[in-house]
Amino acid sequence: MAKRIDVSGLAAYYGTHLAIDDISMSIEPRSVTAFIGPSGCGKSTFLRTLNRMHEVTPGGRVEGKVLLDDEDLYGPGVDPVSVRRTIGMVFQRPNPFPTMSIYDNVAAGLKLNGNFKKAELDGIVEKSLKGANLWNEVKDRLNKPGSGLSGGQQQRLCIARAIAVEPQVLLMDEPCSALDPISTLAIEDLIGELKSQYTIVIVTHNMQQAARVSDRTAFFNLAAVGQPGKLIEIDDTERIFSNPTVQATEDYISGRFG
Amino acid sequence: MSIDSAPDTAAPPPAPAGKAATKQNLRPGDRVFLGLARGSGITLLVIMAAIAVFLTWQATKALTENEGNFLTTFEWDPNAEPPVFGIAVLAFGTVVSSVIAMVLAVPISIGIALFISHYAPRRVATPMAYVVDLLAAVPSIVYGLWGALFLVPHLTGLYEWMDAYLGWTGVFEYNGGAARSLFTAGILLAIMILPVVTNVSREVFKQSPKMHEEAALALGATRWEVIRISVLPFGRSGVISASMLGLGRALGETMAVATVLSPSFMIETSLLDPGGGTFAQNIAASFKEASPAGIGREALIASGLVLFVITLLVNGLARLIIARRKEYSGANA
Repeated sequence: MAKRIDVSGLAAYYGTHLAIDDISMSIEPRSVTAFIGPSGCGKSTFLRTLNRMHEVTPGGRVEGKVLLDDEDLYGPGVDPVSVRRTIGMVFQRPNPFPTMSIYDNVAAGLKLNGNFKKAELDGIVEKSLKGANLWNEVKDRLNKPGSGLSGGQQQRLCIARAIAVEPQVLLMDEPCSALDPISTLAIEDLIGELKSQYTIVIVTHNMQQAARVSDRTAFFNLAAVGQPGKLIEIDDTERIFSNPTVQATEDYISGRFG
Repeated sequence: MSIDSAPDTAAPPPAPAGKAATKQNLRPGDRVFLGLARGSGITLLVIMAAIAVFLTWQATKALTENEGNFLTTFEWDPNAEPPVFGIAVLAFGTVVSSVIAMVLAVPISIGIALFISHYAPRRVATPMAYVVDLLAAVPSIVYGLWGALFLVPHLTGLYEWMDAYLGWTGVFEYNGGAARSLFTAGILLAIMILPVVTNVSREVFKQSPKMHEEAALALGATRWEVIRISVLPFGRSGVISASMLGLGRALGETMAVATVLSPSFMIETSLLDPGGGTFAQNIAASFKEASPAGIGREALIASGLVLFVITLLVNGLARLIIARRKEYSGANA
């Protein structure tokens, strides 16, 4: 598990609109990389290019290379469906399947991947829920609908669902922005535990959060509205928050804009 | 409407709880609207009650004079002395033709609805949705004419084929002759309910939340799997409602069935043989001949009452199915 990602010369379009341009970076395995930047700078779009979710949007199109270890995700003959099975994603708003029980939510990805025996499924569901620090709260009501949980629990359920299929990489698109501070803390603790096994990429609007959870931080910005978003710099989180090389990064972090 | 657009600051302080808003502090606009809305609601109840009372009253008149068993008699002769009539054949024909229509139409409708909402590119989906709408606008007598003049002569081939492969069941035995059977009526009804089931299903599928579709995609679901695990479960109750709308139309459809069916007061073992009848078809066919002197009309009204009850039962059942899985519905997402 946990592979490294190398992006080179990546650009993403919505129809004819160039949303992000010329992004190159390396994302280390077993670490947390945070994407920060003002709204509209394309950090979420970039995140979605990493598991080929961007092209799901009508008109979405990507140019450039994304290497997962040595395999080009945008190479000819690569099936986006299998890419998404190896790169999991957690969304901004908790989105457990409302028509499924807690158990079925966690098992959903496994059932897509193939046939599992009931006992095997039980084991993986328990392991995933434990991995998402949710097991103790839901073990007595696995057959209740997932939508009955609190927002923070739902988000951890979504994380359990994502890690149940044992992905190489876990992408998180502002996973705490819809949660209260206590639930946020629970998710942040969880991210700290998960990074020993997974490559984690997290988009966040909360700079304190980036500083707390991440090992590396990438700052994105756009020159003006309508201009494509670009990667300004990526470095160790400590460095970005103490002594960034680019002036714009410092301005953003110190709250002078954004 | 200066009252409606008055700024909020001019309003009296809001009552602590919703229920405490008594008539005194209602603004004139609110009071008028309350009256209109309440009046509309009461009107509906009054009309429903009037229909029910009328049907029951008239039906009772006929039923007390009926010498046959109303539920089991295979005969419709309310003007005889003594009058003998029963709804067995009509109930059978109505239910069977509607079930055939549902079995044929619902899967196809779901397919069309999914194609329009999730597969077809927009430049195909929009005209296609329009064509489905057009199909709903065709008057039922036109369907009936088309059924009688085109469908009936062209179905004999299908019937021979069904006889060859499914004839052993007895239900699909075909003995030649015009295809003016309950099965033909069912096919025609299927075409007629297709648009309403398709349209309602399509609207429901379209509202399937993007975030759940994306959740499925991100787990590595193919397009069909996305539909299976996020769109169809979300649309389940909507599709059931859509089917019930369709079933309601199929149960009550009159002219189209009357035009293609060759009626008789017999229950044929084979659905492909001509004969049988439905409540609505029988009312349309017999109403003119039912003299006001006897109890012919009242007998027809009694049969209409049964149709009314069947429709109510079907709707109740559908609601039960929807309610049973309420906590899993997409509504509380």
